[in-house]
Amino acid sequence: MIAIINYGVGNLFSLVGSLEHLGIDAVVTSDADEIRKADRIILPGVGAFADAKQKLVDTGLIPVIDEEVRKGKPLLGICLGMQLLFEKSFEYGEHDGLGYIKGEVCPLNEDISKELKVPHIGWNKLIIKDKSNPMLKYTGDNDYVYYVHSFYAKNCDDSLVAYSEYDVNVPGLVCKNNIFGAQFHPEKSGQVGLDMLKAFNEVTA
Amino acid sequence: MITKRIIPCLDIRNGRVVKGVNFEGIQDVQDPVVLAKFYNDSGADELVFYDITASFEGRSLFSDVLKNVASNIFIPLTVGGNINSVDDFDRVLKSGADKVSVNSGAIRNPSLIGEAAKKYGDQCVVLSMDVKRVDGQFRIFAKGGREDTGIDAIEWAKKCTANGAGEIVVNSINTDGVKNGFDLEMLRAICDVVSVPVIASGGAGCMEHFRTLFNEVPGVDAGLAASIFHFGEVKISDLKKYLNDNNIEMRIQEK
Repeated sequence: MIAIINYGVGNLFSLVGSLEHLGIDAVVTSDADEIRKADRIILPGVGAFADAKQKLVDTGLIPVIDEEVRKGKPLLGICLGMQLLFEKSFEYGEHDGLGYIKGEVCPLNEDISKELKVPHIGWNKLIIKDKSNPMLKYTGDNDYVYYVHSFYAKNCDDSLVAYSEYDVNVPGLVCKNNIFGAQFHPEKSGQVGLDMLKAFNEVTA
Repeated sequence: MITKRIIPCLDIRNGRVVKGVNFEGIQDVQDPVVLAKFYNDSGADELVFYDITASFEGRSLFSDVLKNVASNIFIPLTVGGNINSVDDFDRVLKSGADKVSVNSGAIRNPSLIGEAAKKYGDQCVVLSMDVKRVDGQFRIFAKGGREDTGIDAIEWAKKCTANGAGEIVVNSINTDGVKNGFDLEMLRAICDVVSVPVIASGGAGCMEHFRTLFNEVPGVDAGLAASIFHFGEVKISDLKKYLNDNNIEMRIQEK
């Protein structure tokens, strides 16, 4: 069972649908016991960092997630959910993240050519740095994934598993022990994304 | 780098795909789920659904179709048609849309784009505009291209993106249905004034037209078409391979 954390951020239709399509049991929840009982946790998210962080704080679930993650339960953050895993974000100010993974989230437009559009929207090639990562069990070189974001993770070389080029190297997939983050949307990346969700469901604590 | 996108567009009336469709290997081409799956398997980068239903019953059928498609196909889905309020955004987003496209609704209610962008984010709001040349000016047309609104298309594009539209579909009435190529002049004029992704629509007749589009107007991010894909005149898998062979980066599916 995967617990998808419901903290009022973003549209969960596709994420729930893709897990269902894969035959994976999942529950959208903000209940501490359900999260404790689940085998894995997904932290989704779309929108602004500060607002999402506040909403997550308001659920009172952060201590529960902290505890489960410390026990080794696999956690996957998607898009803004991935950005929340880092120490800090500089999206309109300076905000603390959950601090599970070293690094910070910064605006793309300050680091890339003015010719390139922000948000970074569309399909980009995933360049794999660490082939052995369990999330990439079914993923090959030259696979494309779907991104929609304006901020990206920096100074996270230690946890970098795969990235995409958009003038800078945009971290696509990061991992530290049992904690995983995907900047792209696996639930919108066709078969490639479904394969990653399947692999996440097979990650053992 | 990010790839250019190829997007087929499906018009839905009373839960069925409109426009005669001619395909080998599919039994029920008017079934939106069957057709959407076919396009997904052929490598479409995104799908656009337009609800052209007039009745209330038709609208609830459309929501069912959308839910069904979104539960089976995991690529971005854009939905348009009959979007006049934030409640309409809510209705289609809850049925599985990722982006919502507004056309006449934004003309009638100029605050719609801003309100929707604030609630769902810019990435969710697509401005769709039907544009035609009138007296040497690019003019916005409403009601499916029948009514001249008098609005200047360049100013409209600037205004709507400033209000929060995260993407623009430019449909040239001048080239639509002519199959003589995209309206490069019009697209260039729009790309010059906006910094959000631009999707070109209207005029595709063959694979070369997409190549010319992406080479001549580098600011265009995606090409959208309906009938040439529906009638099988251009196969999406062939098109993407052709463009890739011509140094236009495409997402080529290996599985």
